[in-house]
Amino acid sequence: MTPAKSAGRVTRHGTVPDTTYDVTVIGAGVVGAAIARELARRPGLDVALVDASNDVGEGTSKGNTAILHTGFDAVPGSLESRLVREGQRLLTAYATESGIPVEPVGALLVAWDEEQLAALPGLLDKADRNGYDQARIIGPEEVRAREPHLGPGARGALDVPGESIICPWTTTLAYATQAVRAGVDLHLNCRVSQAGRRGGRHELTTSRGTLRTRYLVNAAGLHADTVDRLLGHDDFTVTPRRGQLIVFDKFARGLLTHILLPVPTALGKGVLVAPTVYGNVLLGPTAEDLDDKTATGTSAEGIAALREKGRRVLPELLDEEVTAVYAGLRAATEHDDYRISAHKEQRYVTVGGIRSTGLTASLAIAAHVTELLATTGLDLAEPGDLAPVRMPNLGEAFPRPYQRADLIAADPAYGTVVCHCERVTHGEIRDALASTVPPASPDGLRRRTRARGGRCQGFYCGDAVRQLFERGGNFERGGGSVSG
Amino acid sequence: MRRERIVDVLVVGAGPAGLATAAGLAAAGAGEVEVVDRDQQAGGAARYCAHGGFGRLRLTGPQYAERCVAAAVGAGAVLRTGVTVTGSPDALTLDTTGPRGLERITARAVVLATGARERPRGARLVPGTRPAGVFTTGEVQRAVHGHRQRIGIRAVVVGAEPVSFAALDLLRSAGVEVAALVTEHPHHQAPRGRAAGARLLRGVPLLTDATVTELLGHGRLSGVRLRHRDGRTAHLACDTVVFTGDFVPDHELARHSGVPLDPGTRGPAVDSAFRTAERGVFAVGNVLHAAEPARVVAREGAAASAAVRRYLFDGDWPSASVPLRVTAPLAWIAPNRLTPDEPGDSGDGFTLRITEFVARPTLVITQDGRTLYRARRRRQAIPNRSLRIPGSWAGRVDARGGAVRIALGTGGG
Ligand SMILES: Cc1cc2nc3c(=O)[nH]c(=O)nc-3n(C[C@H](O)[C@H](O)[C@H](O)COP(=O)(O)OP(=O)(O)OC[C@H]3O[C@@H](n4cnc5c(N)ncnc54)[C@H](O)[C@@H]3O)c2cc1C
Ligand SMILES: Cc1cc2nc3c(=O)[nH]c(=O)nc-3n(C[C@H](O)[C@H](O)[C@H](O)COP(=O)(O)OP(=O)(O)OC[C@H]3O[C@@H](n4cnc5c(N)ncnc54)[C@H](O)[C@@H]3O)c2cc1C
Repeated sequence: MTPAKSAGRVTRHGTVPDTTYDVTVIGAGVVGAAIARELARRPGLDVALVDASNDVGEGTSKGNTAILHTGFDAVPGSLESRLVREGQRLLTAYATESGIPVEPVGALLVAWDEEQLAALPGLLDKADRNGYDQARIIGPEEVRAREPHLGPGARGALDVPGESIICPWTTTLAYATQAVRAGVDLHLNCRVSQAGRRGGRHELTTSRGTLRTRYLVNAAGLHADTVDRLLGHDDFTVTPRRGQLIVFDKFARGLLTHILLPVPTALGKGVLVAPTVYGNVLLGPTAEDLDDKTATGTSAEGIAALREKGRRVLPELLDEEVTAVYAGLRAATEHDDYRISAHKEQRYVTVGGIRSTGLTASLAIAAHVTELLATTGLDLAEPGDLAPVRMPNLGEAFPRPYQRADLIAADPAYGTVVCHCERVTHGEIRDALASTVPPASPDGLRRRTRARGGRCQGFYCGDAVRQLFERGGNFERGGGSVSG
Repeated sequence: MRRERIVDVLVVGAGPAGLATAAGLAAAGAGEVEVVDRDQQAGGAARYCAHGGFGRLRLTGPQYAERCVAAAVGAGAVLRTGVTVTGSPDALTLDTTGPRGLERITARAVVLATGARERPRGARLVPGTRPAGVFTTGEVQRAVHGHRQRIGIRAVVVGAEPVSFAALDLLRSAGVEVAALVTEHPHHQAPRGRAAGARLLRGVPLLTDATVTELLGHGRLSGVRLRHRDGRTAHLACDTVVFTGDFVPDHELARHSGVPLDPGTRGPAVDSAFRTAERGVFAVGNVLHAAEPARVVAREGAAASAAVRRYLFDGDWPSASVPLRVTAPLAWIAPNRLTPDEPGDSGDGFTLRITEFVARPTLVITQDGRTLYRARRRRQAIPNRSLRIPGSWAGRVDARGGAVRIALGTGGG
């Protein structure tokens, strides 16, 4: 059953509507967007999703390692362990239905010395306690046979076949798109700076005026603690934990087939080497606790340290060109688990500390948060099915438009390549600009199409992509282009 | 479905090199010669260089590109633009995408003329944030000439080689103030008058022995941090940074075709007849040696067309060749293989690059300890500028010997 409601609004400026929403979600990252989508399944609710940035997924959600985890290494019995496990199952199914690229490549936790080798049985046992029973320990010969480009000295590995790689950008976008199509209002450039109460409702002061809502969800990522304090809570503090990453050229993709993880230490999960669904190879992330929540820059030391680690794991990787370096900030807290809690008297739910697994767990977090909202008094109708979304395929393992004779025959714009390195066509850029949640910047367009994200970083296509963005998709230069 | 076709020669890339090769072949009646380019218009990188100085007549880049196109089409080559070669199931068969659909084209000879590009910020491992306002010269050229886009207000240009000064002129013509040119080298690498003009006439400072260590700013670039070789650091406020030079061959297709690359140039390894190690596959122009002036690559195109014609006529493809290897501070040499006893193999000579300034270097070429060539150069060798040496010594290379080594020696020659 599809909720009978017309599509919501996507606004980026002007005052927010003078209505009272039933539920407002602060933060349109992968977690907030998933919550808004879940609420959209409940008929009869007026829902708003607000974000301080000009686009969805502009925070931590755009800069991660893009792995769909099994949760084999979570803290057994934690909320995170349960939600990651459930989330993995839910997102895998959702991705299939929505065209979000996922590749079940599997992971190898490679042991490089005796001590690490000795740690593998413990990890196997932990995986078991997390309800994951497909892991097994393999010897050095099998490791080498499966990853022939690995550096010398691998002693063995834990094989975790369930680990996958996924596209984080279209995941966030799919949730937001589906939510908006089902009636959720998305207000961007809308920073919440104050929270008050009047007549049993929340009155949020935002950069775009006052927003009223009966129920409130705080999914503000790195700022979830700040927003929580606006509501009078002091339960946790977010410490941004920076992760720097290097994206290697597509020519590196042939060097590995699995996600190559290190054996975790007390300091965290460590630096991995992983393929991406876009056909690149990622090396990272670092783990640095900072005090600046905007410190998304990379550093010379970070890059050097990563290259050092990468050389050990996959020596030939370092001979390939680098396409990009970037950094993301995990929302770490002083606690060892997610900080999700309901405040009944306030009709408020905090979703904090969604550290390094939020992409995987997003759909399960959304279901959990919706249940918590019910405990604070929100009346929830039975969930309906949303009209399915079909996201543009950004994954290399599936046919892209430039490879599809049928699409090009129907619309030659899919045969006009604009971004040469990533082979993004005019048709795809035009579609992204006309989509339900259109991009607000060339970078937003990149996350929807990959345009300008390749090895030349705009040498060939930067001007054309910017031009298309500014014209909103009307392309006049030659080739069978179609405007609209 | 993919349409399948057969042609005699398929040239990939309609820049000056590919067009000159096609013109030479078509004029000589080498059968069906087709040139494809992924750009909507033919002419290659020259098309975006609005300044003069191209060819003997010192034309502007677009004028020069137009002449190259006219010569190829006039000679009877078929030119198709907006067609991207996306892969290569085998070296003589290429898959293409265009608005009219997918094709698989098989040729008797393939010429790779895919050009070169500048390394962007990421490939240079420059740390910092990822704001808007970060460019390469190529992107700025296209933005200004193709679309008249606004670039920014105040720029830092990274590099001080000839193309960096072209970027400087271009930025100023687009109304952008240039705060400084920054080079890691102790001197600029451009002709003296060019650099003096920038500094004295236009007041643009040149910061030598300095590297950009960090990009700053969220949303839009707000500045760059620099470090001098002596450890001093500085901050330059700017909203635009242009990474110039540091050219790298566009070798994607070559690698997909299984053509071995030269470790120095990172382009296909070729002999003096532009033959790669794959039978029937030639490579020419900046894909071999990023980046040389247009007249150099056009001359290569003419020479390559003769080599392709010979191959079409007799089908011979040498099975063995000797690699050329350079020693630091030499960076590379092109061509970088030798096929002794083959016609045309002394070719037009060789192009080399060096990574540091060396006053009056002596070049020494040896094979298995035997000296083939030794010459002292009268001029200083300059990084990012070409050194050329004649091909006269190539005849003395032993086809069954080891690699030929090119190094800097001491003493006179
Ligand atoms: C380096 C790195 C690697 C990772 N790897 C993985 C991985 O492989 N797999 C995985 O599952 N997870 C991974 N993660 C974790 C995952 O990316 C995060 O858990 C997830 O993105 C968190 O999403 P979010 O919606 O909670 O936060 P965010 O995406 O940060 O969203 C929060 C949003 O709230 C908005 N906001 C904040 N304050 C306000 C306010 N006052 N008013 C309005 N809006 C506000 C922000 O603008 C932001 O858009 C990784 C994270 C990092 C940093
Ligand atoms: C920024 C810059 C400034 C320059 N300034 C000068 C100057 O002042 N004077 C001077 O003489 N020279 C200058 N040059 C150099 C001159 O432009 C080049 O020497 C010349 O264009 C090189 O010719 P080419 O044919 O080798 O490559 P290009 O001109 O680069 O042509 C390569 C062509 O291949 C096409 N191509 C690549 N891959 C594919 C594919 N897979 N499918 C289809 N087509 C493909 C490209 O679209 C392109 O058109 C400059 C170059 C640049 C980049």
